[in-house]
Amino acid sequence: MKSGVITRSGWLLGLAGMIVIGVVSLVYSFTYAAIQQSEYQAMLQALDSIIPPDSHDNDMVNDSKILPANKLLGLKKDAQLYRARHDGKIFAVAFPVTAPDGYNGPINLLLAIDRDGKILGARVVSHKETPGLGDRIESRRSDWADGFRGTSLENPGNEKWKVKKDGGIFDQFTGATITPRKIVKAIHTALKFVESDPGVFFDE
Amino acid sequence: MSNSDLPNTDYAKVIHDGLWNNNPALAQLLGLCPLLAVTGTVINALALGVATMMVLIASNLAVSLLRQHIPNEIRIPVFILIIAGFVTLVELLMHAYLYNLYTVLGIFVPLIVTNCAIIGRAEGFASKHSPLPSFIDGISMGLGFTAVLVALGVMREVLAQGTLFADANLMLGDWAGTITLFENYDGFLLAALPPGAFIGLGFLLAVKNVIDQNMRKRRTSSVVVDIPGGNTEPAISQPD
Repeated sequence: MKSGVITRSGWLLGLAGMIVIGVVSLVYSFTYAAIQQSEYQAMLQALDSIIPPDSHDNDMVNDSKILPANKLLGLKKDAQLYRARHDGKIFAVAFPVTAPDGYNGPINLLLAIDRDGKILGARVVSHKETPGLGDRIESRRSDWADGFRGTSLENPGNEKWKVKKDGGIFDQFTGATITPRKIVKAIHTALKFVESDPGVFFDE
Repeated sequence: MSNSDLPNTDYAKVIHDGLWNNNPALAQLLGLCPLLAVTGTVINALALGVATMMVLIASNLAVSLLRQHIPNEIRIPVFILIIAGFVTLVELLMHAYLYNLYTVLGIFVPLIVTNCAIIGRAEGFASKHSPLPSFIDGISMGLGFTAVLVALGVMREVLAQGTLFADANLMLGDWAGTITLFENYDGFLLAALPPGAFIGLGFLLAVKNVIDQNMRKRRTSSVVVDIPGGNTEPAISQPD
């Protein structure tokens, strides 16, 4: 008798699970295209903000290859490397860089570099820095990240790849030095890696 | 709570319970994790409040409709399945149509599953009442929860940034803009940080208790003469 109740409950529970899975799958298939579209738009917007959309003639979001996990880029997992082409030739790439040691945890960046190792643009994708202090790294709060545009390893040179407080050329914020300092360091390290191994980035 | 479906469910009481007397956040003190975590701005608070309310209404309805078919022994796992299913649906829809907001709220959308207020209403109300009262209960509890989230969001955003509805365009489209209350406001960091959330919630709880006390005092003093020595025992709940 008792085991009959257990069996019946088991079946009912299984049935409930199947129904819920069915409904979720249905909605998933309905929203799948819209989700892909949203992800695409968000990526497109991010890429357009660091590489001028009229400078390349390909669809960068769909022109990517795998960038293997790499300590010098702060990437713990494989990531996507996006290529900007003109007449089929790659002239710049965009890829994620993580500053692992932000004030409150990792800071995720998106960096665009051209073939000469010059930064076309940088932008903070996500972070956990202190609201009101460290969060001025966000492009919607200040144009701080634009300060990287046009810089490269040679310009301003190794000794100057620091925040102003440490003798470099990049701004820090009042009350928040660590956040900009770690981002500058992460981008500097990434630039050195690109210079030492350009094939990872610019080969087909 | 009555175990049978009274034909004349007191809807006014159900609504009053959800919004005030038995408010999930201020009286039951449930769902505090999202409450404290996402109330940094009004829009985040509103978005999570509305998402929670959707789940609450849907799960209340579903549980109530199925209540006679779910054996007692497996009711809790089935409730959790139902709630998790609805949360996943809300998450998928937000991901598809409110992408930016979805990225801002991040982990707190899937975490709605763990909001005890929802399973609390499924078990405590919807499993014992017919669909209409359960629906009303879901709306009132959801509104009550959202109202507290928004109140806390307003307090924290105004104090921390001197603005209201920052990033409203993420939720409401491009017509909505930030209202800047104080120009060149230096900001009050504490309000934006987790301690600010706790202090703000404490403040709201205190306000509710003061109001409740005053109302109780007014009610009892109009009926009976104050007992010397101050009887602090709450009046036995009487029909208003």
